[in-house]
Amino acid sequence: MDESLTELGEHIHGTLEDSVLGFEIAFGELTIRAQAQSITRVLKFLRDDPACRFSTLLDVTGVDYPQRPLRFDVVYHLLSMYQNHRIRVVVQTDEDTPVPSVVPVYPTANWFERETFDMYGVLFSDHPDLRRILTDYGFNGYPLRKDFPLTGYVEVRYDDDEKRVVYEPVKLVQEFRSFDFMSPWEGAEYLLPGDEKAEG
Amino acid sequence: MAEQELRNYHLNFGPQHPAAHGVLRLVLELDGEVVERVDPHIGLLHRGTEKLIEYKTYLQATPYFDRLDYVAPMNQEHAFVLAAERLLGLEVPRRGQFIRVLYSEIGRILAHMLNVTTQAMDVGALTPPLWGFEEREKLMIFYERASGARMHANYFRVGGVHRDLPPKLLEDIYNFCDPCAAVLDDLEALLTGNRIFKQRNVDIGVVSQQEALDWGFSGVMVRGSGMAWDLRRSQPYEVYSELDFDIPVGKNGDCFDRYVIRMEEMRQSLRIMKQCIEMMPGGPVHANDGKVVPPSRAEMKRSMEALIHHFKLYTEGYHVPEGQVYAAVEAPKGEFGVYLVSDGGNKPYKCKIRAPGYAHLQAMDHLCKGHMLADVAAILGSIDIVFGEVDR
Repeated sequence: MDESLTELGEHIHGTLEDSVLGFEIAFGELTIRAQAQSITRVLKFLRDDPACRFSTLLDVTGVDYPQRPLRFDVVYHLLSMYQNHRIRVVVQTDEDTPVPSVVPVYPTANWFERETFDMYGVLFSDHPDLRRILTDYGFNGYPLRKDFPLTGYVEVRYDDDEKRVVYEPVKLVQEFRSFDFMSPWEGAEYLLPGDEKAEG
Repeated sequence: MAEQELRNYHLNFGPQHPAAHGVLRLVLELDGEVVERVDPHIGLLHRGTEKLIEYKTYLQATPYFDRLDYVAPMNQEHAFVLAAERLLGLEVPRRGQFIRVLYSEIGRILAHMLNVTTQAMDVGALTPPLWGFEEREKLMIFYERASGARMHANYFRVGGVHRDLPPKLLEDIYNFCDPCAAVLDDLEALLTGNRIFKQRNVDIGVVSQQEALDWGFSGVMVRGSGMAWDLRRSQPYEVYSELDFDIPVGKNGDCFDRYVIRMEEMRQSLRIMKQCIEMMPGGPVHANDGKVVPPSRAEMKRSMEALIHHFKLYTEGYHVPEGQVYAAVEAPKGEFGVYLVSDGGNKPYKCKIRAPGYAHLQAMDHLCKGHMLADVAAILGSIDIVFGEVDR
């Protein structure tokens, strides 16, 4: 299984040397790192090449790594029903640089890119209809970013006097608590009192 | 006569329309009675599942999957536990695998039974839901007897299933299969040859093979268009490779073909269920890895180590090695995938849920263009939408 994936990865890397940065195989899955600006070319090749024939685009999503300068991974999952294999294509981008839209290659990318834009604020250039999709009309912010709080910023309720739904800043009875559960023996980055003696 | 300006008529379909199968708002642009453009507005049931999962341990994340496609809860859990197991490198014992397959097929019947009968209701037949829901009720009792809950089971756990099945349950499921097949025959007698049902479904919402690929369809939507693609067969997981079942494939790719396929898939599911029960081996139902699977209650009372494991697993949870996987199962509605990214911690760094219904609903504009207004409900019924999974 892994051998055929290596072969496929080498084939793709060899043919698209200038747009594919590298590939890796982990957990029996092939991941390709590509240049964001040539994503349409890469996906078109993956769709049309007889050895690949990735006929279906299953999913487009983002992953947020706030500490990186290019903080977003945009991840494409492809499936070939002809060759019965899968591939993952990863490109990197930041908050301002748009990724070319792949809607001309796979029409199904439309909503998936809209969702990635909605959730992460990743921009897609030449997208036919880049509106928010899952969040409320008039929503602000990008909820799946790591710096967006789990509780959000606003809450809604129906106001009986105004006879409409009103938005208010979120009020928490108890501060949201997030436990890291890290045991001090395994991964704590802080010094426990007395630990400094171990060095001396 | 003064020249008149003709304007297309805009119609809001939903969000509270009974044929919208949940909270869907379709903005339809009509020319007379012909649909020119469909703009689905979704997200009215968006609960932020993916965000919530990032703040929960792996054990706490499983119940969220029941609430996605809530007509076949365990199939969703399945994709998540498969993803986590692949990262952890866990092997599920055979009895656990058979139980999972058995309950996945029960889920498939639950979902198809709901879809087929409500699709019939959308086009005007009232009897099928009354008959079909009786069977669903029995199946939900099987869910309850295994997990304690009729719908939101939280039964599949990383490493296996939560508890072993109670005695006599397997026998009862086995005895359910043949009468259920008879009910399916009755349903077919009502619908398959029915003139009205055919008039509303034949040649409506035709999907060609190329369209099915372009729009990212999966499951019944590609099988209806004549492609023999089923993950249970082509990329088998659990024990599906040992089981004997057929994959029905359509010819015309219209709503009627999809209905017929669903009916046949329910029969095949019954077949798989019977085989599972016949082949069900004894033994443990979950992996014997104390670092991931909690110890049994009895063990916990006697062994200090088991008590510590229990405490750690229910507070901190287990740590999953760094990496990313995409695990997919053949859910009733199509390919349900979970893309899991772990940073080595006790919570998923990212969990993307790839719901089949999302891709299918997106194609509504494409499928409905040029159809009549009444066909919108028929097409929507046949692409099998559940808003829990579309909005997440």
